Amino acid sequence: MKRHSAIRVAAIAAATFIAAGSLTACSTAAGAGDGDGASKTLRVTLANHVWTDTIKDKLPEFEAATGLTVELSQYGEDQLSDQYNVKLNAGTDEIDVMMYRPLQEGKLFAKNGYLADLSDDVESNADWDWSDFQPGPVGSTTYDDNVVGVPIITEQEVLYYRKDLLANAGLDVPTTMVELEAAAQAIKEQNPGVAGFVARTGKSAAVTQFSSFLYSFGGDFIDDNGDSGIASPEAKEAYAFYGKLIREYGPENVSTDMSWPEAMAIFTQGQAGFYTEADSLYKNATDPETSKVSDTVGFAPMPAGPGGSVAYNVPSWALGINAESNNSAEAWKFIEWATSQDLTLEVQQDGVPGARQSVWEDPAGTSTYPADLAAAIATSTKNGVGHDRPLVIKVPEAREIVGDPIVIAITGGDSDAAADDADDAFQGLLDDE
Amino acid sequence: MTTMVTTTPSMWRNYSTWANRNRKWLFASPAMIFVGLLIAVPLGWTLYLSVTDSEGSVRAKSNLVGLSNYFEVLTDTDRFWPAVMRTFVFTGGSLAIELILGMCIALLLWRPFRGEKWVRVAILLPLVATPVAVGMMWRLIFDPNIGFANQVLSWIGIPAQPWLSGQYTALPTLMFVDIWQWTPMVVLMLLAGLTSLSDEPDEAARIDGANSWQRFWFVTLPLMRATVIVTIVLRGIDALKTFDLLYATKGKGGGSFHEVETLNIYAFGLSFDYNDYGIASTVLILFFLLIIAIMWVLTYRRKANRS
Repeated sequence: MKRHSAIRVAAIAAATFIAAGSLTACSTAAGAGDGDGASKTLRVTLANHVWTDTIKDKLPEFEAATGLTVELSQYGEDQLSDQYNVKLNAGTDEIDVMMYRPLQEGKLFAKNGYLADLSDDVESNADWDWSDFQPGPVGSTTYDDNVVGVPIITEQEVLYYRKDLLANAGLDVPTTMVELEAAAQAIKEQNPGVAGFVARTGKSAAVTQFSSFLYSFGGDFIDDNGDSGIASPEAKEAYAFYGKLIREYGPENVSTDMSWPEAMAIFTQGQAGFYTEADSLYKNATDPETSKVSDTVGFAPMPAGPGGSVAYNVPSWALGINAESNNSAEAWKFIEWATSQDLTLEVQQDGVPGARQSVWEDPAGTSTYPADLAAAIATSTKNGVGHDRPLVIKVPEAREIVGDPIVIAITGGDSDAAADDADDAFQGLLDDE
Repeated sequence: MTTMVTTTPSMWRNYSTWANRNRKWLFASPAMIFVGLLIAVPLGWTLYLSVTDSEGSVRAKSNLVGLSNYFEVLTDTDRFWPAVMRTFVFTGGSLAIELILGMCIALLLWRPFRGEKWVRVAILLPLVATPVAVGMMWRLIFDPNIGFANQVLSWIGIPAQPWLSGQYTALPTLMFVDIWQWTPMVVLMLLAGLTSLSDEPDEAARIDGANSWQRFWFVTLPLMRATVIVTIVLRGIDALKTFDLLYATKGKGGGSFHEVETLNIYAFGLSFDYNDYGIASTVLILFFLLIIAIMWVLTYRRKANRS
């Protein structure tokens, strides 16, 4: 009898728990809208980034000013992509503001209708000043003449180097690819256990950093006719050069799956003389808490190849509004606030290059940057190319194709033949689009 | 009013009789419907997508393309068939070693000994760790430059190995990690089988003068056949589905040379990286059929053994 009572009590408790959960869920759902579909809760999905850290600290100011409550979700880059793939595919309205990568998934999202048209919003407030945003990044967040995102973070590729190793070797900062190779060789030979050069080696991951080598050798992923350009003599030379730098002057046990965390770790642990990477990651190298070389790291523009010193200058992240969102007006308020001139200046002073021209022209905008880094960024901004990967809809597939000759070159294979094979595959992909 | 009074009990009685007669189906039906929907709906949707050219977004308009996706996948010697081969190598290789190792450990733990509890806890530790955490941990250990594995090799004068980063060493390294993590489960299952065995056949063989190996090979192992087959089925299906360990260590595509790209990783990449839902669904349906076929063979063999 007692046992039966206990079971009954447990059953009633379980039923109450489930019912309470359901009712709570219902009440939350009902409370989410206030009749016209709008909500006081704004759901914002952001990537793990220094930009996000700064914005997170400022959120209470936004909430106090607007009366809105921001519900923030934060993910790593890959997890963020997977989240979008699942949720946006299912037509969710549970994301209002979304941080996305214009060059990686912008075309796909816009084509799928995931991103709301912001053309009227960006022109609605003269003080906010849409015309202040750099034209390159704006071009990357525009699809079929409609603005679908506001660029928040820009990146340029620069050369990171160790001042002490260069001084010990009696070398100047390399300004050409030939000088870079010679200096990398000298550093490797003079410093046992230290690589002359390190960079990303993973097939997809390396594509973005390889792109500046490609441009500096005079090539591009897609030629002027819209065809594949990765088997051009310039591209083949760039593949072979990048591969040789890592193969012959790179770390002893170099792998072919390094992205920036692995390559940056090698550089910041004092195990490499040169490193080419995005400027937006410079704090990893200059922060004494994370870098053993923080006081000896220097920055320079990409060394010039036969085509000059041509680095990429791209918008790496932008903010958009989910087309299915019921809170698009409130979502726009958030974007307007997060991309305002004041906040862009603050974020840029925290080490995140922004997309507003006025902030770059303001001395306060670069006051917190190492002087040599600010100069390198200025050079890259001036000469930069507005993409760091093939500008297609199927970017991940394209990156794997054009990245194949990179790993072949690193492992000492025939990178010319690999470039020819990749060229066929890439042309096929371009034809399909 | 009168009609209602006479009709309702009659209807209720009819229903009651019907319900009594079919009560086993009636009580089980909610669960059956629930499970059926959970399996049938996703499977049906995947099957539908596999005969379409769906890409970019599943909500975008797609066209029926018949069996052309199946033709494309089955003739793909660049990614699909190598992924099938890696799936079998990973599953078969890991499973075989786990069974041998698991049986050895289970035999050692079979008879009571001092400190038995502590040994069991130590052996079971890898099993309770999350595969993603395990992957991250081993990734650090096998790091080519700062990893502990190469450090150990350098102490004994062996040159550094590429482990996870090598084109030909990554898959065996991950098989090693799988064996490290899942052998305890095999031990548990085999130990459960061993402890349920009667002592009499073993004692009879001992009296007849059989040595340890002969008693194991001719007495214990045949008696353990059913347990071993169940272990193979359960661990085999689990190993076939391995995703988290491979993804946590090598990421999308299974490395720069697709060196650890199994069918799971391939299908995930097709869906989440390439947004090629038609082809991804085709790969998943073929994978599903493969698992069903393996299960059927093993179940058939088990029945044949029984008879």
